[in-house]
Amino acid sequence: MKILVCISHVPDTTSKINFTDENTVFDSQGVQYVINPNDEFGLTRAMWFKEKQSAIIEVINVGGVSTEPTLRKALAIGADKAIRIDSEPIDGLFVAKEIAEYIKSNNYDLIIAGRESIDYNGGMVPGLIAGLLQINFITNCTKLDIENNTATIEREIDGGKEILSCSLPLIIGGQKGLVEESDLRIPNMRGIMQARQKPLEVIPPSNSNSKTKSIKFYKPEPRKEVKLISSDNLDQLIDLLHNEAKVL
Amino acid sequence: MKLKSYKNIKMSVLAYIESSKGKVKKNAFEIVSYSSELAKKLDTDLVALVLNCNDISELSKYGASKILKVTSSELENFNAKSYANIIAQAAKISNSNHIVLSSSLDTKYLAPLLSIELDAGYLSNVVELPSSLSPFTVKRTSFTNKAFSDSTIDSEFKIIGLSSNAFGLLENNVESSVEDFNPSLIEEKITIKSTEKISGKISIADADIVVSAGRGLKGPENWNIIEELAETLGAATACSKPVSDMGWRPHSEHVGQTGKPVATNLYIAIGISGAIQHLAGINSSKIKVVINNDPEAPFFKAADYGVVGDAFDVVPRLTEKLKAFKA
Repeated sequence: MKILVCISHVPDTTSKINFTDENTVFDSQGVQYVINPNDEFGLTRAMWFKEKQSAIIEVINVGGVSTEPTLRKALAIGADKAIRIDSEPIDGLFVAKEIAEYIKSNNYDLIIAGRESIDYNGGMVPGLIAGLLQINFITNCTKLDIENNTATIEREIDGGKEILSCSLPLIIGGQKGLVEESDLRIPNMRGIMQARQKPLEVIPPSNSNSKTKSIKFYKPEPRKEVKLISSDNLDQLIDLLHNEAKVL
Repeated sequence: MKLKSYKNIKMSVLAYIESSKGKVKKNAFEIVSYSSELAKKLDTDLVALVLNCNDISELSKYGASKILKVTSSELENFNAKSYANIIAQAAKISNSNHIVLSSSLDTKYLAPLLSIELDAGYLSNVVELPSSLSPFTVKRTSFTNKAFSDSTIDSEFKIIGLSSNAFGLLENNVESSVEDFNPSLIEEKITIKSTEKISGKISIADADIVVSAGRGLKGPENWNIIEELAETLGAATACSKPVSDMGWRPHSEHVGQTGKPVATNLYIAIGISGAIQHLAGINSSKIKVVINNDPEAPFFKAADYGVVGDAFDVVPRLTEKLKAFKA
């Protein structure tokens, strides 16, 4: 089984978010970048398929040279090969089209992406790839098993879960549950050394179009001071929630 | 698929209305309210699309003047690809260039598929009406609620995914005309083996109020006080990341950057310190109440109302007082 894991290079979850160039560009100064957490759950599940079912794992990212350490980290975790499509991502559609073009000429049985990236939160790349390639697609996946070319998947739905099955090829949008937080792997020295020898292919973009654009960013308004209520006066809290906030 | 494009009829905004067991979902009224205002801005009509939904009378209260009604036993279960295909057909026959969707998990699932079907630009997590029609510009949340962006869509077809509780309800009584619509159906390739809904509980997505608790509760056996408070308020229960990682509560309750976003009217956080990732996840909630015995907990800086106190003392007393208030 050949698996492609789509990797988004995103600011670490603890990052302070700031913008520059008159609030038109994300300020990457001092920001630590990581594998998008939703993608990392998928990559870790892919490692299970590699170890138990001899799958081959390739990882792909659309981005400039600054994203290579993130791809090297995926190789250190255990992916066999990395592909970087050498272009700044413009929107979700652009990224999806670039990845779909690559998939067309390199067959995969399973494509794993995160349900969304934690930076722009578009939540669309896996679905767009599925639409472009006309392959099966399931998102919000919390469990994934594959036997004899058939995938069995647990999908989170609002207020519950659903078990689905379909044939490969398949693309999923993954999230926590595919593996547990405690299953995530920190690359060891051997992995890091091996990653240096693994192929990281850089390919030119196929110049896909985009349809949306973020033109300006804002930070939320600073909050007003919290109103503290004495724990002996919970009636006041109820009164404030009822009369002032009008949420009760 | 044969479709006539009625270019002579007025342009429309298409609102996709979700339903469950023949009834429109609660989020539908916000979708119709938003779509109705968008249609006014664009000087177009509003068309609401409903699938297997009989009880549609209330939609007219929020401005749904025209309702396209699909009834088919083959569409009993949600299938993203089939549903996306039907919405695309509805957009074409109703001459709709703007399609408004909710932020439910099902709708977010089908949205990118619809975007490819219609060759449409799609923006999710939109929080306002467009600030400009040319270029079409809307405000959306970004960086998991740590920021907003003004984003443009420059394609002919535009899909707007409205963030829950971002716009609210706007009454606008109209006369609704209902038209049956029989779309062609595509073959489904994904089989649903089972669906499991946690019964008797409100899901986070549907809740107006969410009661959330963290490590301060000390153990899963203490969740009864949280559940009782939630039940009293008609609220959903949620939890912090460490609590779901330790297996005290299911992942589906985990709120935060890698868990679920919560955009509710009232969010009550009990024994949660307020890590930046958690705060990001709940930032879109309107009113936040914090109960924590540590006055230094960062959550107090992000809250509207705070009570410094021990959860085991405060929560049961608050529940009792709320019961009296509700009675």
